[in-house]
Amino acid sequence: MYVAVKGGEAAISNAHRLLADRRRGDRDVPDLRIDQIAEQLSVGVDRVMAEGSLYDKELAALAIKQARGDLIEAIFLVRAYRTTLPRFGYTQPIDTEDMLVERRVSATYKDLPGGQLLGPTFDYTHRLLDPELAHDKQVDKPVTREGEHEKVVRVSSILAQEGLIEADGEMPEGRVPGDITRDPMEFPMERDTRLQALARGDEGFLLALAYSTQRGYGMNHPFVGEVRIGEVELEFEVPEIDFAIPLGTVQVTECQMVNKFKGSAKVPPQFTRGYGLVFGQSERKAMAMALCDRALRAGELGEDRTAPAQDEEFVISHADNVQATGFVEHLKLPHYVDFQAELELVRKMRAEQAKAASDAFDLAAE
Amino acid sequence: MTASNNLTHEGAPTMAGATYNFAYLDEQTKRMIRRAILKAIAIPGYQVPFASREMPMPYGWGTGGVQVTASIIGPDDVLKVIDQGADDTTNAVSIRAFFQKVANVAVTTRTHEATIIQTRHRIPETPLKSGQVLVYQVPIPEPLRFLEPRETETRTMHALEEYGLMHVKLYEDIARHGYIAKTYAYPVKVEDRYVMDPSPIPKFDNPKMHMSEALQLFGAGREKRIYAIPPHTKVVSLDFEDHPFEVQKFSEPCAICGSRGIYLDEVILDDRGGHMFVCSDTDFCEEQRNEH
Repeated sequence: MYVAVKGGEAAISNAHRLLADRRRGDRDVPDLRIDQIAEQLSVGVDRVMAEGSLYDKELAALAIKQARGDLIEAIFLVRAYRTTLPRFGYTQPIDTEDMLVERRVSATYKDLPGGQLLGPTFDYTHRLLDPELAHDKQVDKPVTREGEHEKVVRVSSILAQEGLIEADGEMPEGRVPGDITRDPMEFPMERDTRLQALARGDEGFLLALAYSTQRGYGMNHPFVGEVRIGEVELEFEVPEIDFAIPLGTVQVTECQMVNKFKGSAKVPPQFTRGYGLVFGQSERKAMAMALCDRALRAGELGEDRTAPAQDEEFVISHADNVQATGFVEHLKLPHYVDFQAELELVRKMRAEQAKAASDAFDLAAE
Repeated sequence: MTASNNLTHEGAPTMAGATYNFAYLDEQTKRMIRRAILKAIAIPGYQVPFASREMPMPYGWGTGGVQVTASIIGPDDVLKVIDQGADDTTNAVSIRAFFQKVANVAVTTRTHEATIIQTRHRIPETPLKSGQVLVYQVPIPEPLRFLEPRETETRTMHALEEYGLMHVKLYEDIARHGYIAKTYAYPVKVEDRYVMDPSPIPKFDNPKMHMSEALQLFGAGREKRIYAIPPHTKVVSLDFEDHPFEVQKFSEPCAICGSRGIYLDEVILDDRGGHMFVCSDTDFCEEQRNEH
């Protein structure tokens, strides 16, 4: 006999209890500490900070622990916390030329002012599993460069000296940069808000789109002008004080992609740029973002928009993994009212079809 | 940074990040959402963009409805939350518990006792009264989305009242099946102007929106849209003169309370095709049983 589905509350609470148990796993294995995650899974932490749009290694590490290592779930936890924080204001734009560079490579010049700095990269490691890592392997101290911190000129500035590349561009007078977390997005977007959306966009989604441009779906002939990773200082302007106050530093990855451009009636042939900037160390994301940024500038540069990566509504509407995972996964919520309606309709259609078939049979038999 | 029940009704949290504001959202966000709601009420059926926030439940779980409810709820409100017509579906339980926790409001399962009813996929069978607010959770607010995926295009179509595409779609259904094969999220026209998505309620519920005494608010969190039907507003389901709009009719009564003319859920009893029909609206079903 029908039993009303009561007891949702108890079910939810028991499910959460089981989840907590599974998250913790075998109690004989030591509990993961937040600092262990922050120190030893730092690239994952960086991704959570970048796509969670909140620069806080501890919170990101906590989110990863709570999410059992599910990074999108961790990103969601961070976002849901971030949105409750009061907004004091906006920092001054960061100056990446003044970055304390840990890694900086350019694919367009063999050598250049500031040099090529490999930094902590996986690039030339051989991907052989290291059995020694299974134990607490002793790690040598790194070799670091001596000397004073110097500004490292950006490759785009070098190219700009000959006018070979489009200029940085100035924000129009009186225009305040948008904030996609405070104002609803509207299409078509300005580049500032579009870059914000890309910066918190899903790494995998942007990677796939960037890859598609390389395979001919919206080709934009890219060169890595440079990728740099390092610490930049944040400054905050307080109305009561005449000068900007330093707040501290954040680590960012910046990618300047240089792209061929054949020129137009108004502009001589020159290189154009795609730009990527991400919290923490994430070259893959910064490069993918730069390729997508350039692809999305097709309209602005008078190119044909033919590929998915060039389609702003398509790219931006689907780049956010917290939204995407929510809507995809919500399909598991009850839909039985709508399903009932569809069930009735399909039964009706089947009955009609069966009747039509039997009528036709009767007609043929006569 | 941990959430606690130590709530303040004032606005700013008492300790930096230690507590959440009354009804979770900060007062600035509530004001922003209330402005969107007021605009939505002023232009019935028009989708107002708003700066939707991340909520502590996933997109698709009713973040739009939760934000609307959080913005209008006060300490004296009585809240009812339903999903699929029932108060005890897991997500309804979860959302109700959320507001109990962050707003400490009274909750009820009784339709007539509630001042705010948040719903997913149903309108209660008991007619709503003046002073009540029905808050819908909306997945895709744009009724034209399945015909035209681009927001820039659909906004223009609404602005120009260009709904030919929708009528063609409905006509094609009639040409193919002899009737409009749309059973839920059946489009309506509000006050002779905007074509509106009523959220995925069965079309059975569409007539309840027409000239309702209650205020109806629709929140789409992921899509960042709010729209509204003020009380006593004309809401007409799209149809043709020779193919008038019809709602679902069930041949059987509810197996528990015996009611007819209401929306039913089909419950599977065994693996041999045995099934029965019961009220989708659990509160209505209970009330009918108590009366008899």
